[in-house]
Amino acid sequence: MRAYTPKDDVQKKPYYTDRYWVAPQVAKSDVSEDAVFAADLEAIKAKFDVLDAYIQVGQMVVVINAVDNFGVIELMKNELSYNQLSEMSAIDWLATEGKFEIFYQMLSMSKRKRIRVKCKIGEKESIQSVEKLFRSADWSEREMYDMFGVVVNNHPFMKRILMPDDWEGFPLRKTYPLQGDEFAQWYEVDKIFGKEAREIIGPENRDPARVDRYDTERFARLGHEVPRGADISQGEPDTPLVYQEEGGVFLIEKFDAEKSVVISDRDR
Amino acid sequence: MQQANRLRPFFENITFDRDDNELILNFGPQHPSAHGQLRLMLHLQQEQITKAHPDIGYLHRGMEKMAENMIYNEFMPTTDRMDYIASSSNNYGFALAVEKLIGLEVPRRAKVIRMMLLETNRLMSHLFWLATTALDIGAMTVFLFAFREREYLMDLIEDYCGARLTHAAVRIGGVPLDLPDNFIADLRKFLDKLPENIKDYEDLLDSNRIWLMRMENVGVISKEMALSWGCSGVMLRASGVEWDIRKEEPYELYDEVEFNVPVSDKGDNYARYKLYMAEMRESAKILDQVLDMYEGTGPELMAHAPQYISAPKIDIMTQNYSLMQHFVLVTQGMRPPVGEVYIATESPKGELGYYINSQGGAYPYRLKLRAPSFWHTGILTDLLPGHYIPDVVSIIGTTNIVFGEVDR
Repeated sequence: MRAYTPKDDVQKKPYYTDRYWVAPQVAKSDVSEDAVFAADLEAIKAKFDVLDAYIQVGQMVVVINAVDNFGVIELMKNELSYNQLSEMSAIDWLATEGKFEIFYQMLSMSKRKRIRVKCKIGEKESIQSVEKLFRSADWSEREMYDMFGVVVNNHPFMKRILMPDDWEGFPLRKTYPLQGDEFAQWYEVDKIFGKEAREIIGPENRDPARVDRYDTERFARLGHEVPRGADISQGEPDTPLVYQEEGGVFLIEKFDAEKSVVISDRDR
Repeated sequence: MQQANRLRPFFENITFDRDDNELILNFGPQHPSAHGQLRLMLHLQQEQITKAHPDIGYLHRGMEKMAENMIYNEFMPTTDRMDYIASSSNNYGFALAVEKLIGLEVPRRAKVIRMMLLETNRLMSHLFWLATTALDIGAMTVFLFAFREREYLMDLIEDYCGARLTHAAVRIGGVPLDLPDNFIADLRKFLDKLPENIKDYEDLLDSNRIWLMRMENVGVISKEMALSWGCSGVMLRASGVEWDIRKEEPYELYDEVEFNVPVSDKGDNYARYKLYMAEMRESAKILDQVLDMYEGTGPELMAHAPQYISAPKIDIMTQNYSLMQHFVLVTQGMRPPVGEVYIATESPKGELGYYINSQGGAYPYRLKLRAPSFWHTGILTDLLPGHYIPDVVSIIGTTNIVFGEVDR
């Protein structure tokens, strides 16, 4: 029987996991341990619902409702002096929870602190753009849409950024295979030669590790050389191997140990 | 008969037929001064740019996707291909993020060697920046000079790890190799000469009329704009924000070395050029101090954490359990604890951040690469309008974008 592979997460999985293995956790500490973070959290809590907050690896993580994302980041920018949005993107939890997690990585240069604001939205839901607050969100939100298909409301130019405009599928979703899907393997063929050339050209090979042992056009066969393009699917002729040119190798003969100069140290 | 789904010949570079005299110029993606696969759609009135649309993605390899399908150690050489001008700094950022996730302390000698790698990479990157930007502006001599010095640094790196461009010279938990013989002496020889070399470049450029005309008051980025666009590194410091992660959130041994953070409030191309030159001097200063630190360190190069890091070779060869662990770590990979981490380091281009979400598996659940050049390209949208076509080249030059990093 073929092994069952889940369709909702096709990323690579370890082939063996100890049945009794329990994954350790990265330590989470309470926000009250850091005075600056505690004050920031109080300010956020005063106006918005905070679902969870803790400190992990020196940074505070604040989990909020997705509807509050603009408000919280506006508050952090204007009142808590978090003056840079260094990064934002999504995490795909569709397989387990049916949700995307969106995180905003904020930096305060005056406090030397970093906060990660996180919220979750459903697959069909969209989120408010924070581009009005930070121009850097312009491109990050486009990238998030491009990679995950998370639609951002009120964005000035909601278009794909890394993938071609007419691409189908969202590459960073867990359901999207690493080698690309069927659309991906015909994309360039269709684009360049037209759909009618599909039969002649065939699908694009998107597996960089693929080796075809009968392909004598693109693969060298060390020690079993045959003429290029020879058909060897029905067996192959023996290749006589010669290791030395007649009368020695020309290039080596020309070198003379006494006449050549060995540079041991270069002048830097 | 033209078919809708085929590429067909057309005048793709220029569109003329507009009533309002607007001309749309397609700059790239194969323009030699675009420093990679950057395509810019420029709307022009005469020679002045009214609108700019940077178009990226021509070098997109899906590294974040690849990371989700690779064990942590496997991903290390892939990080080389981000900022391929200074690949050790990418390796280092990733290694540091995973170390923070696991909670590893790296041996001191490894730290010293990493510092050397990071700063030589910074020098390499800045020299490369100077060379290519000067070449774009037409200063061929500076290009040749700077490439000569960069070559010596590449030789040094080659002595260390065998590679010149894609180093993979850092491991999670330390470094793979000790310094080769003569490395310190050679680096010292290089550092002795570097101030002279930098002075040469400055003599050629600082008072050069053409250089000044192309650089001064061109591409002015205000402080607000730089912060809003998520700029970092020199792009931010040239706009009057004193923020260097090495200083503010010190990692490795940066809190033990003395160096200054050059800042300018001009925000133009020339300010950025001056900062790059000043940073090279600071890097040389750091390297000078780090070379002295090497002497007093113990021989360990990798952290001791048998659950995550393979034991030293001698243990693997003599002890059965170490060999078994090594086998598991190589074939299945380490499994960091469940949690997430965002670690930013000051790469030569700016803030290089790695966000890792681990679910306790051998593969990261999500890995986000925060590459500084991504936003330094984005800022062109707001920066270019108002400038003239020749300014585009010098502005792209001083943003110091590398497309391996923009597209990832």
